[in-house]
Amino acid sequence: MTHSATTPPEQPMAALPGGEVTEGPMLAADGTPLKASLKRALRREKLRALLLISPLLIFILVAFVGPIADMLFRSVENQIVSETLPRTVAALRAEDTPEGEVPDEEVFAQLYTDLVIAEEYKIHTRLGSRLNYEMTGVSSLFRSTGRDVGRFDTDIYTDQFVEAAPALEDPANWVAWMEEEAVREALPLTADAWDEWVTLTVEENEDDPLEEDVPDFVFTTLYRDLTAGATPPDAFPDVDVSGFETVSIKALFEDSDEDWMDPQLWQLIETYSPEYTDGYFLNAVDMMNGPDGEAQFRPDDQRIYLKLFWRTMWMSMVITFSCILLGYPIAYLLSTLPLRSANVLMILVLLPFWTSLLVRTSAWKVLLQQQGVINDTLVWLGLVDNFNRLQLINNITGTVIAMTHILLPFMILPLYSVMKTIPPSYVRAAKSMGANDWTAFWRVWFPLSVPGIGAGSILVFILSIGYYITPEIVGGTEGVFISNRIAYHISSSLNWGLAAALGSILLALVLVLYWLYDRIVGIDNVKLGG
Amino acid sequence: MAALPPYASTGQKIWHYAYRIICGLIFFFLIAPIIIIIPLSFNAENFFTFTPKMLALDPEGYSLKHYRDFFTNPDWQVPLWNSLKIAPVATFISVALGTLAAIGLSQPHVPFRRAIMATLISPMIVPLIISAAGMYFFYSRIGLQGTYWGVVLAHAALGIPFVIITVTATLVGFDRSLTRAAANLGAGPVRTFFKVQMPLILPGVVSGGLFAFITSFDEVVVVLFVGSAGQKTLPWQMFTGLREQISPTILAAATVLISISVVLLVTLEVLRRRSERLRGMSPG
Amino acid sequence: MNITRLLTATTALVATATIAGAESHVEMANEMTIVSWGGAYQESQRKAYVEPYLEANPEVTVTWDESSAEAVAKLRAQNEAGNVTWDLVDAVASDAMRLCDEGLAMEVDHDELLAEAPDGTAASDDFGDLIVSDCFIPQIVYSTTVGYRTDNAEWEGRTPEDICAIFDLEQFPGQRSLEKRPIGNMEWALLCDGVAKDEIYDVLETEEGQDRAFAKLDTIKDSVIWWSAGADTPQLLADGEVVMGSTYNGRLFSLIAEQGQPVEMLWDAQVFDLDGWVIPEGLDEPTLNRVKDFLHFATDTQRLADQSKYIAYGPARQSSAPMVDKHAELGIEMAPHMPTDPANSENTFLYNYEWWADYRDDLDAKFQAWLAQ
Repeated sequence: MTHSATTPPEQPMAALPGGEVTEGPMLAADGTPLKASLKRALRREKLRALLLISPLLIFILVAFVGPIADMLFRSVENQIVSETLPRTVAALRAEDTPEGEVPDEEVFAQLYTDLVIAEEYKIHTRLGSRLNYEMTGVSSLFRSTGRDVGRFDTDIYTDQFVEAAPALEDPANWVAWMEEEAVREALPLTADAWDEWVTLTVEENEDDPLEEDVPDFVFTTLYRDLTAGATPPDAFPDVDVSGFETVSIKALFEDSDEDWMDPQLWQLIETYSPEYTDGYFLNAVDMMNGPDGEAQFRPDDQRIYLKLFWRTMWMSMVITFSCILLGYPIAYLLSTLPLRSANVLMILVLLPFWTSLLVRTSAWKVLLQQQGVINDTLVWLGLVDNFNRLQLINNITGTVIAMTHILLPFMILPLYSVMKTIPPSYVRAAKSMGANDWTAFWRVWFPLSVPGIGAGSILVFILSIGYYITPEIVGGTEGVFISNRIAYHISSSLNWGLAAALGSILLALVLVLYWLYDRIVGIDNVKLGG
Repeated sequence: MAALPPYASTGQKIWHYAYRIICGLIFFFLIAPIIIIIPLSFNAENFFTFTPKMLALDPEGYSLKHYRDFFTNPDWQVPLWNSLKIAPVATFISVALGTLAAIGLSQPHVPFRRAIMATLISPMIVPLIISAAGMYFFYSRIGLQGTYWGVVLAHAALGIPFVIITVTATLVGFDRSLTRAAANLGAGPVRTFFKVQMPLILPGVVSGGLFAFITSFDEVVVVLFVGSAGQKTLPWQMFTGLREQISPTILAAATVLISISVVLLVTLEVLRRRSERLRGMSPG
Repeated sequence: MNITRLLTATTALVATATIAGAESHVEMANEMTIVSWGGAYQESQRKAYVEPYLEANPEVTVTWDESSAEAVAKLRAQNEAGNVTWDLVDAVASDAMRLCDEGLAMEVDHDELLAEAPDGTAASDDFGDLIVSDCFIPQIVYSTTVGYRTDNAEWEGRTPEDICAIFDLEQFPGQRSLEKRPIGNMEWALLCDGVAKDEIYDVLETEEGQDRAFAKLDTIKDSVIWWSAGADTPQLLADGEVVMGSTYNGRLFSLIAEQGQPVEMLWDAQVFDLDGWVIPEGLDEPTLNRVKDFLHFATDTQRLADQSKYIAYGPARQSSAPMVDKHAELGIEMAPHMPTDPANSENTFLYNYEWWADYRDDLDAKFQAWLAQ
C-alpha cells in the first residue's frame, strides 16, 4: 500500500559506486575494510534497536511474563507434604512399607511429632485440604486428629521421666544439655524435637522457652531414643526406661480416627511426598494416581474437566461460526459501499467495540431474562406463549448470544481490512466473461476473502476461549467456560494447584492458536479499528 | 454492492433488498443492546425491566434518580475517581515505554524481532483470568497486591500491546529518509525524534494511548484480583453491582460510559483521518 | 499436660498485660479497612455503628471491601504474601472457624475485648453458645429460608406449607433458585427424602447418604437456577424469573416489606447461621488498637439492637433481644420478622458448624462435580 522505506541490508553494498575492480578487500573511507565497517554499523544499529526495546521488554517480563510463569510453577509444586510432615515422610522412605499395609509404630511416632508441631503452626488443616483433593475424607481426618493430638496419652512418659529424674522438668537444664554436642549426637530424635520446640516457642508464640514446660512430645522422643539403645553422656540424667509403662502411638491414632489404618491413605501420603507432582495435571484431565501408582481415569461421577474443556472449545467454535455468519455480510457491505457511507456505517461497528464490556454484558442480562425485553416482545407478537417463555439466560444460549455480540467487531474488522484490498475489477471481469452474480462471488470474491475469515476466526476463537466475565454473569451453570472454573478454584475452593494446572492447559491451547495466527496472519498485521 | 444497475433482473432486485434487510438486522443486533440501556436508565423503579408506565410513555415512569445516585453516592463516586486516577498513569507508562519500543522494533535490523514482538503482544492474547491469577500470586509475594501501583503496573502491561500495534502501524508508512535528511541538516537524534518523527507518528501514539486508557478504564478481571478495596474501580463496582447488590444505578453508569465511548470514538476517527492525510494516504 | 491449653493461657496473659499497660496511652491508626458483604447488610452495619463511630471519632476513615464471600481465599493469599491489607473481616461462622484453624485469624478474649451487657453480664455469657470459635465475635443470627411468589397462576391457589415444596414440581411448577453450595441443600434434600431431622448428619456422613441427597436434588436439577450472591434470589423473584428460591431472610424482608413485591416467606426448616467479626492475624499494633476500639463500640448491646432496625436479623447478644424495635424507616415492628421469633422458629434447622468444617472440602468437591454433570 505504501512505498516501503526499509531497504534490505544487502542493497547499499550493491549500489556502492565501485567502478574500478580493486585487488584485496574493499576499503571504506576511513581505511578499514568495508566488510568490517559495515558489520560494525550493523551491530551498532542492532544495539540501538535493542536499547530502545529493552525497557519495555524488561517491564513486560517482570510485570507480566514472570507472574504467569510463577503461577504455572504452582501446578507442579508440592512441597506441602514434605514440609508439613518431614519426619513422617523420611521414615516412610526409610521403612519401605509393603504395598497395601499400614506402616508400623516408628512411622506413627514420627507422625505424632510432626502433627503436634504442625498443629501448633496451624498448618495441618492446609495439608488436609491439599490431600483431600486427591482423596475425600482426608481433610476431616486431619482436622479431627489435629484437635486430639495435643491430648494424646503420651504424658505418661513425661510423668515417668520427671519422677525418675526431676532435673528433666526444668527447661533451663534442657537448654544446657542441648548445647552439648555429645548429648545431641547420642539423642538425635530428642535434639531434633527440642530444636523444633524452641523455634516454635520463640518465633511463633514469642514466648521464652525457659518459662514453658517441656512438652510431651520431647519426652516421647527421648523415650524412643533411649529404647533404641542410646547412651547419653554423663551430663544427661541417667534414666532406666526398661520398666516404663508404654503406650502405642499407632493405637492412639487409631483411637482418634480409624481412617489412619487405611492403607490407601498411606499410599497417598507416599505418592505425594516428593516435592513435585503431576497430580494437579492428572486431575485437570480427570485422571488420578491410582493405588498402584499408575495414572488412571477418575470414577465417572468425578470427571468434569475434559467435558468442560470440550464444552469451552465447542462453544467457542459456535461463537466463532456465528461471528462469521453475521460478520461476513457486514464486512462485504462495508467494503463495497463508497468510502464515505462505509465510514458512517463503520461507526455502528466501532461503537460496540468501544463500549465497556460490562455495559454490554449488563445489557444482555436485561434483554435475555424471561421477563426481559426480548421475551416480552415475543409474547406481545404472539410468537411465544406467556407461560412458556424462552429460557435465554443462565444457560449456553445466553453465553453464545452475548459473546457473539461482544466479539463480532473482532470478526468484522479483519474481514473488512482484507476485503478492502480485493480489486472490484476482478468481479467485473468474471461477470463480463459470463459468470452470474453467484458464480462471480463464490469463485472469485469469496476465495480472496478467505484470509480475512482465517484472521478473524482465530482472533475470535482465542478471545472467546479465555472469557470469564460474560459467562459468569449470563452463563448460569451450563454456559460457563474453563476460565470460570479456574476463578472458582482460586477464590472459592482454594485449590490453587489445580487452578494453575487448568490454566497451563488453557494457556498452552491459546499459545498454539497464537502461533498459528502469527504464521497465517502475522502479528504485525493485527489491526485495531480499521 | 453499490447502487442497483437499471438492467437488474427481478431476482437481483429481490436479493438486493433482502440483503440490505439482513444487514440492517445485523446492525440492529450490534447496536440495539447498547441503545436500550439508555431509556432503561431513566426507570423510576428499582428493577431492570421496562415497567408498564414506561411503555405507556408516562412521565411518572421515568426519573433521574439513578443518575442522582450515580453522581452523589460515594459507592459510585469513589470508584469513578479511582478509575480516573489509575487509567491515566497506566496509560502514560504504556505509551512512554511502548512508543520507544515500537520505534526500536521498526528499525531495519532487530535481532529476535518475531519473538520480541510475540512477547510484547502476549498480554492481549493470554486469557485475562490467567494474567490475573499470575499477577495475584506474584504481586502478593512482592507486596504489590492491593496497592495502587500494583494495579497501575498490571494495567500498563495490559495496555502495551495496543500501543505497540498502533504505533508500529504508523511507523510502517514512515519515510526513513526524513530522519536522514534531518541528520544531514545537523539535528541530533533527540531533536530529530521530537521535531520530525514524533509529529508524524503522533496520531498513532494518541490512538494507542486511547486504547490503553480504555483498556484500563474498562478492565475488571485483573483489578478484582490485584486490587483491594482502596483501588475499587468503576467496572469493579459494576461487576459487584451485577452480581451482588443489583441496582439500576448500574444502567446510569453504563449510559455515562457509553457517552465516554462515543467521545473517544469520534476523537479516534478524527485522528485516523488526520494521520492518513499527513501520510498522503487519504484516498479521497 | 496439654501444650495447646498452656499456650492459649500464656497468650491470653500476654495480651491482657499489653492492653492493661497500654490503656493510658494507646496509639491508634486512623485508617481501617472493613470487609463485609455489600448490599442491605453492609448498609445496616454502616448505619447502626460505623457512622456513629465515625461521628465520635472524626479522624478515622473507613474503607469498605465487599469481599466477605471470598474472605478465606483472600486472607490466605495475603497471609502467604505476608501483606495483610484487611483490618477487620465480617465472616460467617464456618469461615471464621476455618480461618481460626489455619491461623489466619486472631484468637481473642471475648470478655477482655467486648463490652459487658448493661446489667453487668460478661460478654462471653451474653453471647453464650454463639461464640463458636475463639476467633469469632458474633453479631447476628440469620437464616437461609425460602421465599415464593404469590401470583403463580399455575399453582391454582396452592401455597407451600413446608420446605419440601421445593422438591414438588407437580404442585408447585416453575423455576426455583438454590444456593450454589452443598450446605443447606443437602440437608433439605435428605429431610424431604424421609430422613429424620436429628439423623441427617449421621446419614450425610456416609457415601450412600450423600448419593441419596444428590438423587433427591437430581429430581429438580433441571428447574434450578443456582445463585452465589445474596441479592440473586430477590432479584430473580422480583423479575419473575423464579417462582421460589432460597436466600437470607433479611433480603426477603427487604423485598417484601420495603419493595412491596408479591412474595411470601416460608419459615419452615429455615437454616440458622451466624455472622460475625474476625480480626486477621498479623496486624500492626496501632491498627489492632483501632480495630479493638471499634469492636468494643460496635458489638455492645445497644449497637447490636440498633442494627435490627435496618435489617431483619436477630442480634447475637441476649441482652439486645428485648431492645429490638421498629424498622427505622418503615416503622414496622421488627421482632416478628426475626428468624428467632417463636412463631417463625417452630421448625428450624440448626446447621452443624463442626460437621461442616470437617466435611466441607469433601462435599464441595462432590457438589461441584455433580453440578457440572
